[in-house]
Amino acid sequence: MACVLEAPLRMSVLSEVTASSRHYVDRLFDLDPQKVLQGVIDMKNAVIGNNKQKANLIVLGAVPRLLYLLQQETSSTELRTECAVVLGSLAMGTENNVKSLLDCHIIPALLQGLLSPDLKFIEACLRCLRTIFISPVTPEDLLYTDATVISHLMALLSRSRYTQEYICQIFSHCCKLQHWHSCGFKSLPQPLLCANGPDHQTILFNHGAVQNIAHLLVSTSYKVRMQALKCFSVLAFENPQVSMTLVNVSVDGELLPQIFVKMLQRDKPIEMQLTSAKCLTSMCRAGAIRTDDSCIVLKTLPCLVRMCSKERLLEERVEGAETLAYLIETDVELQRIASITDHLIVMLADYFKYPSSVSAITDIKRLDHDLKHAHELRQAAFKLYASLGANDEDIRKKIIETENMMDRIVNGLSESSIKVRLAAVRCLHSLSRSVQQLRTSFQDHAVWKPLMKVLQNAPNEILVVASSTLCNLLLEFSPSKEPILESGAIELLCSLTQSENLALRVNGIWALMNMAFQAEQKIKSDILRGLSTEQLFQLLSDSDVNVLMKTLGLLRNLLSTRPHIDHIMSTHGKQIMQAVTLILEGEHNIEVKEQTLCILANIADGTTAKELIMTNDDILQKIKYYMSHSNAKLQLAAMFCISNLIWNEEEGSQERQDKLRDMGIVDILHKLSQSSDPNLCDKAKTALQQYLA
Amino acid sequence: MYYREIKIQTQCHGKTPKDAASVRATHPIPAACGIYYFEVKIVSKGRDGYMGIGLSAQGVNMNRLPGWDKHSYGYHGDDGHSFCSSGTGQPYGPTFTTGDVIGCCVNLINNTCFYTKNGHSLGMEKLGLQTPGEVVDANFGQHPFVFDIEDYMREWRTKIQAQIDRFPIGDREGEWQTMIQKMVSSYLVHHGYCATAEAFARSTDQTVLEELASIKNRQRIQKLVLAGRMGEAIETTQQLYPSLLERNPNLLFALKVRQFIEMVNGTDSEVRCLGGHSPKSQDSYPVSPRSFSSPSMSPSHGMNIHNLATGKGSSTHFSGFESSCSNGVISNKAHQSYCHSKHTTTSLNVPELNNINVSRSQQVNSYTSNDVDMETDHYSNGVAETSSNGFLNGSSKHDHEMEECDTEMEVDSSQLRRQLCGGSQAAIERMIHFGRELQAMSEQLRRECGKNTANKKMLKDAFSLLAYSDPWSSPVGNQLDPIQREPVCSVLNSAILETHNLPKQPPLALAMGQASQCLGLMARSGIGSCAFATVEDYLH
Repeated sequence: MACVLEAPLRMSVLSEVTASSRHYVDRLFDLDPQKVLQGVIDMKNAVIGNNKQKANLIVLGAVPRLLYLLQQETSSTELRTECAVVLGSLAMGTENNVKSLLDCHIIPALLQGLLSPDLKFIEACLRCLRTIFISPVTPEDLLYTDATVISHLMALLSRSRYTQEYICQIFSHCCKLQHWHSCGFKSLPQPLLCANGPDHQTILFNHGAVQNIAHLLVSTSYKVRMQALKCFSVLAFENPQVSMTLVNVSVDGELLPQIFVKMLQRDKPIEMQLTSAKCLTSMCRAGAIRTDDSCIVLKTLPCLVRMCSKERLLEERVEGAETLAYLIETDVELQRIASITDHLIVMLADYFKYPSSVSAITDIKRLDHDLKHAHELRQAAFKLYASLGANDEDIRKKIIETENMMDRIVNGLSESSIKVRLAAVRCLHSLSRSVQQLRTSFQDHAVWKPLMKVLQNAPNEILVVASSTLCNLLLEFSPSKEPILESGAIELLCSLTQSENLALRVNGIWALMNMAFQAEQKIKSDILRGLSTEQLFQLLSDSDVNVLMKTLGLLRNLLSTRPHIDHIMSTHGKQIMQAVTLILEGEHNIEVKEQTLCILANIADGTTAKELIMTNDDILQKIKYYMSHSNAKLQLAAMFCISNLIWNEEEGSQERQDKLRDMGIVDILHKLSQSSDPNLCDKAKTALQQYLA
Repeated sequence: MYYREIKIQTQCHGKTPKDAASVRATHPIPAACGIYYFEVKIVSKGRDGYMGIGLSAQGVNMNRLPGWDKHSYGYHGDDGHSFCSSGTGQPYGPTFTTGDVIGCCVNLINNTCFYTKNGHSLGMEKLGLQTPGEVVDANFGQHPFVFDIEDYMREWRTKIQAQIDRFPIGDREGEWQTMIQKMVSSYLVHHGYCATAEAFARSTDQTVLEELASIKNRQRIQKLVLAGRMGEAIETTQQLYPSLLERNPNLLFALKVRQFIEMVNGTDSEVRCLGGHSPKSQDSYPVSPRSFSSPSMSPSHGMNIHNLATGKGSSTHFSGFESSCSNGVISNKAHQSYCHSKHTTTSLNVPELNNINVSRSQQVNSYTSNDVDMETDHYSNGVAETSSNGFLNGSSKHDHEMEECDTEMEVDSSQLRRQLCGGSQAAIERMIHFGRELQAMSEQLRRECGKNTANKKMLKDAFSLLAYSDPWSSPVGNQLDPIQREPVCSVLNSAILETHNLPKQPPLALAMGQASQCLGLMARSGIGSCAFATVEDYLH
């Protein structure tokens, strides 16, 4: 309301200010270069810390004129430098200022300025470039439009501590990955979420960034050290090439890991501790430093745990937790150590308490601050919980026993922020690997409900983890299995198998496979109907072996227990036999063929289904072929088929035995009964006995 | 001292927790250490694995695990719980067993403690006690700690220093700066650096309280004293401040004793003219065990100015400075640095603050209950009343300091072969005569003012010089060291200033003394943060 009242007043003030601003701009057009210089200097003093003045000058068109003066060869170096300084000041203002500057093509002009021989001018240009590039509105790619720019910047690194500071800062902002760690969970592929990141890293790396920047880590200037460190943390992030190089670089006889360890000493500024911990984390994840190295176990990990403590700023706590989650993600020993360090699991519970009731009452500013970070805090905590509980059952138990943990996850699943939802699902997924938790807390909190909800219309990245979690909830011992089925899971999972996204296809078919395991006939029929034979064939010809294997697994689970086998084969027999033939003829690995032969063995176990094999000479020849295959696994699987076909007590066994003898199967069985492989040998002897009876 | 490594072989024969046997360290944790840490390696958990590590006060039942009884805290291996003076524990950390290294860290700054397992901190616990307890169940090895306690201490040192640096000072603009400038200015005036004081006052826009002439007078007297020309110094004092020495017979006596010593030295003007030396041509203060940076200023104070003005200066300089102004500061400081640099004593010792004349050898490790005085007494003893007994303290102090300077002095004496009273027979006679006068004066003083053991000892020490053929290398020879002129000079200067109603101590020295005293007081009150702050840290 206050704004409305004030508006007219402001207008009049604005016009006054504009008048005085116009004067500054007019002076830039003076014919006397000395007066122009003085005008620029006065302008510089007028804009410092005055956002309104900056906006006015931009509106009045000061930028193109300043850029013109800056680029003009006839301008004195002093004038050009002052112009760069004023432009830098303007860039320090709002994001809109930066956008206006970008619109005037300031970047090429400033990059051109770097070619000047004058150091002061170069520094002013770099400072301005730095300010522009650290703004979120500036596309990072602008630095990489001209290939010569990077090598020129590398050369300027030796000029002064200011060039060092600014260039390092530019590099670390222009090489940014989205702050999102790749998922390392089983069954999840590693999505490359930012296509530009590795490119930038590689460009900088190929221009010798590591060698050029390493020695800046021991600079006498704190700012230079810090910016160089930040540069490395960005360069090494998820980049094995850089990480492996860093580990062997030494400065003044000290290896970089040692220098990083010194920088995370507890008396160093928090920013420095945190950033060097990030460097060491990247190097560890890249395999450049072992996970049991003391610099990880006794330095980096405790440092990151400290960053999660209540004493740290909210931003630091977020970054600390995310980095720690990444560090320990795949190493159970690190997960165990982190879980006992400084009560981390309890400490993380505090991340969910923002904004606190206190902050709401006492102080609006604080409330605003807390609100802004609340999502970030929650998602970071979920991520870290997910990593902590990835492998160890005791840790999972401790996490779930933390106050209101399951409620928090359940709430997290329905939050509006995608980041939080995703992290909550990851956390749930990690905890869902526990058989005990599936049977207890997951059931108590009906976790499947919000999970099923998440699966509707979620973006792919969430779907991947959520469906993966669903796979675990559908395991036969899970009490959630029934209600999930009732809530339309089959339809949902079948639709996932049609996804473009490979991980989703795998998870969809995997969940269906779990669902079909020892299921009742109705469920099996529902699955088959939901999937449709076309889709089944589609999946069987999927380029991804994982999809193929899980589809075969599904078939195998569907084709279990005699009545089910006969029923399914009576309705889908033709298609299934076709598919089996196709796979056995195709170029597939041993596991796939073994799985397929097992399906045949299951079919051979049916009563009526047997005939589908017996009447198919092609298939019989194939079974015969695999009995003499060089791989024992395939031989064994083929023998299962034969055994089931010639089993005595069943109807028509005599005819089948005869037919197979005519095919020369018995001769092979005799040969196999002499085999050195005890499994094969036994199996062959048992089969031969069927003939004797 | 932050930690000790003791090797104790623990043998527990207990069958039930009731029979648990504890080992408690014999020395308590000193509050002044700030942070205390020890580690235990579990060599064997025994049959039942009942083990606890923690803290307890003296007198707590040693047959029970730490934490169960009042005034004890413990972390138990069998269940991983922590016990705070209670039979029921709180879930705290993992269990521990054979092969594990368990550590216990007490932070007396924020009254917390935490345990570590195999080098990993397990999380902070609040300590209820205000007074620190003692170490229990310590079975230390001589190995470096598994947990990085040094790093933890670095953090706290930085924290404490940041706290000091960010201490809120007066919020009115310029007030703080003006006060600092006043302190510097008064310091310069006090010690008579008139040119510097004038320049400083000019550039900071201040007024000097004392008249320039008066400063110059004091400076003149000080120069005479420091040059060993005591006779002239006494004469000048009597001229310029007629009633001063009359009112201070003890001071006059002290000056005369010093004059006698300077006669033996051959530097006093009365013997120098007899010895044929030109009093002006010889630098009477030729060799000093310390290096002085500013030749235009009186030596020992010159270096102080140097410290303040340029931010440079070594620790040697400081010991000289303090000895001339405050004994309390010195003894405290000497002890603190000992405590910090060597990490060996068990406690921060305070008795010597009360008992100024204790010799240095006594100061170390004498953790007795000498500290009976109240704080106000410390201040007056240590800083404010230097004029009344500072001289005595000063000289006794220097006796010890001189031992350390011996090597340097020997070089000097071998270079300049000195002769009694400069080698002149007439001078020796004059000296003997003066000695008799001094004896008479001492007797008269005793009659008028009563017995004064300090005066008696002073005179005895001075006369002892004559008992040796080479007084300079005699056991009492250190009296001849030019450095001994400084306390005399300082006391005289203070006395003069007092007659002008000016402080006998410059506020700067007072503030320093007070800061040091505060640290000592904190140590005694168990405020751990004093372990990470020393006055020296802020003196350069």
